[in-house]
Formats: sequence, C-alpha cells, structure tokens
Amino acid sequence: MIRLPLDLGCRDVVELVTDYLEGRLPADERTRFELHLGYCDSCRIYLRQMRQVLSATGRLGEESISPEAREALLRAFRSWKAGQGGGQ
Amino acid sequence: MTPGGELGGRAHGPATASGYAPAGGPFEGTTRGACTDTSEGYGFTRPARCATDPNLPATGEPSVLLPAEEAELAALRAGDEQAFLALVQQHQRAMLRVASLYVSSKASAEEVVQEAWVGVLRGLHRFEGRSSLKAWMFGIVANCARALAARDARSVPLSSLAAEGDEDEPSVSPDRFLGEAHRWAGHWAAPPHAWPDARVESREMVTLIQEALAALPEAQRTVMTLRDVDGWDSDDVCSLLGITEVNQRVLLHRARSRVRSYVEQQLAREDA
Repeated sequence: MIRLPLDLGCRDVVELVTDYLEGRLPADERTRFELHLGYCDSCRIYLRQMRQVLSATGRLGEESISPEAREALLRAFRSWKAGQGGGQ
Repeated sequence: MTPGGELGGRAHGPATASGYAPAGGPFEGTTRGACTDTSEGYGFTRPARCATDPNLPATGEPSVLLPAEEAELAALRAGDEQAFLALVQQHQRAMLRVASLYVSSKASAEEVVQEAWVGVLRGLHRFEGRSSLKAWMFGIVANCARALAARDARSVPLSSLAAEGDEDEPSVSPDRFLGEAHRWAGHWAAPPHAWPDARVESREMVTLIQEALAALPEAQRTVMTLRDVDGWDSDDVCSLLGITEVNQRVLLHRARSRVRSYVEQQLAREDA
C-alpha cells in the first residue's frame, strides 16, 4: 500500500486536535484532517473522547461555591450597601 | 485580618495606584501598564461602542459595555443582592484561580479574593465601563494579589510558567503508534477504545477530570480551567496571563491531551 504524501498519520492527528477544535487549522490542513477522520475509526474515537472530556469539564463550572464563602460575600455586600453614599 | 475585612481600611479601593507596584502578568516579561491606575481592564480588548449612544457616561472615554452589562452594573449599584450573587457565582472560582497564580497558599488566594471583592464594591460607582466588567474585576484581583505577594515577600516563582509549553511533549505516548519501520508508520498500534456512554455521563467522569486538572502543571491547569470550566475565550485568557495566542493554544493542547489520557487510563483500570 502506498501512502499519499498528503496523508496525515494518526500521530499527527492527535497533535492537531486542539487546533482543529479551535478552528485554527489552515484550510488545506483541515481538509487533510477531515479526510483522515473519514477513514480512521480510531482517530474519530479519539476526537470524540476529547469532546467528551470538554463537555464533562464544562460541568465543573456548574458547581456552586461554598455556602460559607457565599454568606461572607453577601455580608460584605450588605455592609457596602448600608454604607453607600459616602463611598463615591 | 485583611484590610478589607469589614469594608474599613484603605481610603481607596485596591484598584487605585496606592500601594500597588506596577508589575507584569503572572508570567514574567509581560509588563502592562493597565494595572497601575484605575485598572479599567487588564488588556482585554473590546471595540468601543458608537460614541453617540445616549446611555454612555457624559465624561471620559466611551463605555464599551454591552447592554446586558449596563443592566448588570445598574443592578449592582442599586444594591441588588441577586445580581451580586450571580456575579459571585460566575467569577469567584476563576478569581481564586487567578489569585493563586501570584501567591503561594490557598489561604492567601482566598484573602486576595476577599479583598478584591471589597475593591470591586468600592469601585462600582467609579467604574466607567472602559473595559468589560469582568476585565476590570480581574484587574483588581491581579492588583490585590501582587500587593499581597509583595507585602509578604513570598511571590511564587512564576517566570517558568510560560515556558511550560516549550518542551516537546507528545499528546499520546509514542509507543502507541507504529514505528518508522512499519508501512503504516505513525498510525495507531494501540488505538483508543470508545468509552461507554453511561460512564462518560456519570459523576465519576467529572471527578476524574477534577483529579486530572489538579495534577497538571500550573499554567496548563490555569489555561484549561479558564477556557473549559469558566468558558473564557482565548483572547481574555491571553490578556490576563500575558501570553501569546499560540502559547495559549499549546498550553491548552497539552492540558487537554493529558486530561484525556488520564481519563482513558482510569476508565481502563476500572474496567479490568
């Protein structure tokens, strides 16, 4: 089997994943990347896993801060509010 | 306690020049002047809105605030607790992360953030909207953090952080690919296996990612967390950390690749 010179190896693909997801691949490289994904199940799995990681990472952002910290800040806010007017 | 503990202390908020030495970003060699004065922004850029906008303040430079931010600001100034809590929920964790880039302990970072909130509240009425509210707030966090680091003479040696992206580290171990002698050189020898949906969607996945993030080198962790947890865009991350877009992307790539690898290893281990 002869590899086309334009063909990306899987080893290249895993290094380009972030540029791809960030939309920073030049058009020709993006085409080669997508061409590779077209025939390589393993790299499709790799890309899917990366997306799954990102989606789960985003779920960390939904977590609330501790009630203690929230209360302390709320107290600071109320105290600021009460003292407002002279603070400008 | 902290100077801002009960809203007493300094006559001016931490955003003023008093006592805050100008310095670079957490990654040295990136000095910007934005933090020395009222700290409207931290290098975050946004095109100014049309100067004829009737809602703009009558003096100073034009506001760049979006209508939603104007409303948010008005609510905060009016003392709306829900608006304040929303702001806290949105930024508190990122503020801690940014503070911890400058100081060496968790307790110091918490102190910085507490002080920064006081500075934010004090500055609210002076804030002119020459940068986004977020940029202004994080400028204050950085100022407070630098001040505390200077006061305690215990700043973290951060100059090496920007170089974290420099070493050539493969995203996946080279031995998982076929060697040069193989006609399919560079293709998978040990390919990844799809993860079961149930596990991907489980709480376990989030826990694994937390563990992986915690183990990352600091610059990588900061970049990935700001981008993928806090949802910042790359421009804001670059401005805050004083790094180039390319450097940001390299750090992000290293971080995401390591996190994926960690999750893969852990899921495989528990399968066995």
